[in-house]
Amino acid sequence: MKMLVPLVAVGGLFVVGLLGAAPGMGVVFGVVLPYLAFALFLGGVVYRVMAWANVPVPFRIPTTCGQQKSLPWIKQDKLENPHNMWTVLGRMALEVLFFRSLLRNTKSEMVEGKRLVYGTDLSLWIAAMAMHWSLLIVLIRHLRLMTNPVPAVVTFIEKTDGFMEVGLPVVFATSVVFLVALAYLLWRRVGSAQIRYISLIGDYFPLFLLLGIGISGFVVRHLAKTDVVGIKELVLGLTHFAPVVPESIGAVFYGHLFLVSVLVGYFPFSKLVHMAGVFMSPTRNLANNNRRVRHINPWDYPVKVHPYEEYEDELRQKMITAGIPVERQ
Amino acid sequence: MPKPDEMDFYKQEDLLNIDRRPPETPWMDTPVDVRPGTFIYPGKGKNLKVLDLPNPREWAVTDDDWKLPDGWKQTVLDGMAERLSRYRSFKLFMDTCVRCGACADKCHFFIGSGDPKNMPVLRAELLRSIYRKDFTALGKVFGKLAGGRELTPDVIKEWFYYFFQCTECRRCSVFCPFGIDTAEITMMGRELLGLLGLYVNWVIEPVANCFRLGNHLGIQPHGLVDTLEFMAEDIEEATGIKVDIPINKKGAEILFVTPSGDFVADPGIYTCMSYMLLFHQLGIDYTWSTYASDGGNFGLFTSHEMMKRLNAKIYTEAKRLGVKWILGGECGHMWRVLHQYMDTMNGPADFLEVPKSPVTGTVFENAGSTKMIHIMEFLSDVIRHGKLELDPSRNDHIRVTLHDSCNPARAMGILEEPRYVIKNVCNHFVEMPENTIREQTFCCGGGAGLGTDENMEIRLRGGLPRGNAVRHVQEQHGVNQLAAMCAIDRATLTTVCDYWAPGVKVTGISELVANATVFDGEKERTHNLRLEPIPGKEAPEDADEERMAPSHV
Repeated sequence: MKMLVPLVAVGGLFVVGLLGAAPGMGVVFGVVLPYLAFALFLGGVVYRVMAWANVPVPFRIPTTCGQQKSLPWIKQDKLENPHNMWTVLGRMALEVLFFRSLLRNTKSEMVEGKRLVYGTDLSLWIAAMAMHWSLLIVLIRHLRLMTNPVPAVVTFIEKTDGFMEVGLPVVFATSVVFLVALAYLLWRRVGSAQIRYISLIGDYFPLFLLLGIGISGFVVRHLAKTDVVGIKELVLGLTHFAPVVPESIGAVFYGHLFLVSVLVGYFPFSKLVHMAGVFMSPTRNLANNNRRVRHINPWDYPVKVHPYEEYEDELRQKMITAGIPVERQ
Repeated sequence: MPKPDEMDFYKQEDLLNIDRRPPETPWMDTPVDVRPGTFIYPGKGKNLKVLDLPNPREWAVTDDDWKLPDGWKQTVLDGMAERLSRYRSFKLFMDTCVRCGACADKCHFFIGSGDPKNMPVLRAELLRSIYRKDFTALGKVFGKLAGGRELTPDVIKEWFYYFFQCTECRRCSVFCPFGIDTAEITMMGRELLGLLGLYVNWVIEPVANCFRLGNHLGIQPHGLVDTLEFMAEDIEEATGIKVDIPINKKGAEILFVTPSGDFVADPGIYTCMSYMLLFHQLGIDYTWSTYASDGGNFGLFTSHEMMKRLNAKIYTEAKRLGVKWILGGECGHMWRVLHQYMDTMNGPADFLEVPKSPVTGTVFENAGSTKMIHIMEFLSDVIRHGKLELDPSRNDHIRVTLHDSCNPARAMGILEEPRYVIKNVCNHFVEMPENTIREQTFCCGGGAGLGTDENMEIRLRGGLPRGNAVRHVQEQHGVNQLAAMCAIDRATLTTVCDYWAPGVKVTGISELVANATVFDGEKERTHNLRLEPIPGKEAPEDADEERMAPSHV
């Protein structure tokens, strides 16, 4: 059920997207919906980030993963336990670019019925790195459609990415890696009893959506008869705010574009906002300098305490008898 | 017949038979299974009244009706809204989880129980499902399809059960790619429960004590004098040294604050005795306080507000006594509060000076604002400067390993100081496996207000990963002592070791230091601070007795 609903939904969306090739529908699927989705994306992400940013960070609560900065002869672990802005930037760079915390992943197992052992488990880290980085490169490659002339860096990345020199047009390594990584992530979510148990529709839907986009993109490039010039004309028009809708673009492309539009529009309302959220996590982006620099809580308020005077009033006789100094006899 | 609150009630083979397969029913449709040994008794009305907390009453976890106050649902939702607008951590951690499951088998309670709701991700989902339903656009429209669920009394019971099966140890947050910290989730969950008057007595009674009398155990000022005098007598018996007991001494240089557990509980008392001895030897001008007689703060396990209410007395007392700076003893959660919250909550401590060791002259710039340092920072500096004469051979009968306590490890990163100290006072130090120490250290299973006997099954299960690692070094390297710089550890790991690694004793680190220190004017040291004969150092008559005693191996 949790898998079927999103799978059918993505399939249905793709079919809807095919309508883009129907006469007169090119404007809707090729112009209106992509613009709408992009507007939703921009507005939504800004809204989400502002919503987080507007909530204060009352306490400085980094999770420390290494030696603190204390005495000069004890070596601080700067990237795992940063003490200032620069070391925090280092820690965040490792986190955002290389998924540092995920790299730590272990797998625990009970052996011989009584002994717990922990092994390094890199599978999730590898799959996550492969998926996110190949997605980024795929996105950069798509700049070819949005620019004229195409920047050298895009051409260079394409060349490198196509190093296998298989097929015509060349099959990019990242296209394959992206799909394989997604397939693994899906297989893992379904195959592990625990992960399946915690998974929601909102976890399967983006996976199917990304798979749908990847596969349809592959079909557009390699299998379907595609009017590349027409596509570039369309995309260039979109990015230069002078939309044109060439007649000759195939249905599969519209299916692909519609899934992308759905993904982009859905992004801010889903778990995919983790892309922005990862930058804001108070357990990662704060320096562990709590005792050196005072952190201010903007909404701090006075609380009811038990003052020393009341304490002594209640216990004065006992304190005097026990020889403890008091303020008032 | 042993009872569920006793260790012997549980057979090891039963607890080790851990089934990680989730139930057939989806988790939202699987109610909690409340059985003796897995929950803590409710907070008593009288304690809630001392603290002006809502809905004081008598009730039981096994009751069908928990006597929730009128309008409880709105109270919870309003409470959530308020916290979502005050804590970025809370809002962010509600939004960014992708349910990748990296945290799942990082929790000691999940490893030891296999209960899927002890996976940190699902513990958070208990709250997140309500958040999605009532606070997100998709959840408001699509409800259950978007992972939302209705807030019902069963949800409240589930929260109570599972937020008191989390020790806020933050191990999962080390592994989370977004730094989601279940301690934050649990703290919010407990605050929301508190709005309905749902507390556990093992937390709220100490809080009430601490509020009124300055420490969780409810020790009155004269009682503290008696306790410390009693310790001084034992110190004299072991070492021949008479130590002073400065209490509420105005104008002392240093206020010393330590968790109150070390005033009464074995083996914490030996750590406390060690402080007195070491301060005497180093000639430090310090004072105890009866008003600030606990650095521990069970307010952390109750609410941010309660944490602040209890913590306030430390700076107040430092100001009243006119000390220059504050020194803190070996404790775990106490140091989370002192390091990450105290200055923000009750500072600025502008009436104090930056801590400067009277022994070495070292200025502790790292505590330049809070003006409080950790006893291990202090002692490692003292030892580094050679200001203590040490004879580690006095600890030669000990093969010791170090349990990094959760909060000092993951909320401070005080990892090398204790190791440096131990290596200078013990010749036989062994590390446990690397996935069980430092930032990856496993909780004792009894932190964050879970260290009572009522939930013995959960404690033993949660203590399994730590106990197992101790057992490993016991078998491989003959380890017979587990050092821990945390008062809760000293109390709860004793049970964990007795159960999972029998034969291993728990000690504080300062105790190891005092036992290895050659004190000025000491008598021949034949007994350690526990008044046990030191093997190889027995007085001649003791050795004779031992030789003549029947050997039974």
